[in-house]
Amino acid sequence: MRDEAVIGKSFPPTTYAVGREKVREYAAAVGETHPLHHDVEHARGEGYADVVAPPMFAVVYAAAAIGQAVFDPELGINFDRLLHSGQDFRWGPLVVAGDEITTSVTLKEITRRAGMGFYVFESVSTNQREETVCVGLWSNVVREAAS
Amino acid sequence: MRDVGDELPALTVLPDRLTPVRYAGASGDFNPIHVDDDFAKQVGLPGRILHGLWTMAQVARALTDAGGGPHSLQRLSVQFRGMALPDREITVSGRVSKVEDGVVTVDVRAEQDGKAIVRGGDGELRL
Repeated sequence: MRDEAVIGKSFPPTTYAVGREKVREYAAAVGETHPLHHDVEHARGEGYADVVAPPMFAVVYAAAAIGQAVFDPELGINFDRLLHSGQDFRWGPLVVAGDEITTSVTLKEITRRAGMGFYVFESVSTNQREETVCVGLWSNVVREAAS
Repeated sequence: MRDVGDELPALTVLPDRLTPVRYAGASGDFNPIHVDDDFAKQVGLPGRILHGLWTMAQVARALTDAGGGPHSLQRLSVQFRGMALPDREITVSGRVSKVEDGVVTVDVRAEQDGKAIVRGGDGELRL
């Protein structure tokens, strides 16, 4: 598969329903103790509808969309040789429990040098009000098999 | 943390041996290098390693703690370098590199045993 044929490829969007206990579980797993992530009454007192997802929860609601892109058979990425080399997130309005987040992924670029392939995927996540809550750039390096 | 050169209050965290397991469950990333010691050793690692995105979440936490909450973080960009292991301290540090239109840009890094595991990090906080 020539790179030019797949650069720009878009993948079908996925939708993730944000649950209150998942937000709490994720927050606990990364050591976030801010009451906005755990305490519904506190979050409501601050004007949010429910507990607030930490910004990095983007990896949870975007996971299925990114996964299907990275594992796309047409790209043929060898997962054993894949390294997540860089990550960029730009956030919009905060995500809260009860939101439904739809994520679309596009393969932005492939470059090759020194026996390595560099893949950059872009994810765009929007909430049920069609506000963009997160744009991610996921950089991956694939060591190419010796030939 | 309002002027160029100001330091981000450092965040030091000690991940325990179950941290990558807990994070795998919370994030859905069950790559065996993070949860299976035997597998990790078979592929030449010293043992299970931490998820890069868990470490990035520590960088995000250092920034949102400094910014007053999750609403403050507008952007975070990092490069993953090397690997991080459980049971050893990780320190996130940073310094303000730019202040413009109410947005503070912080040059951030994370280290373990004196080696950068996240570097080239740029966080933007709206204060």
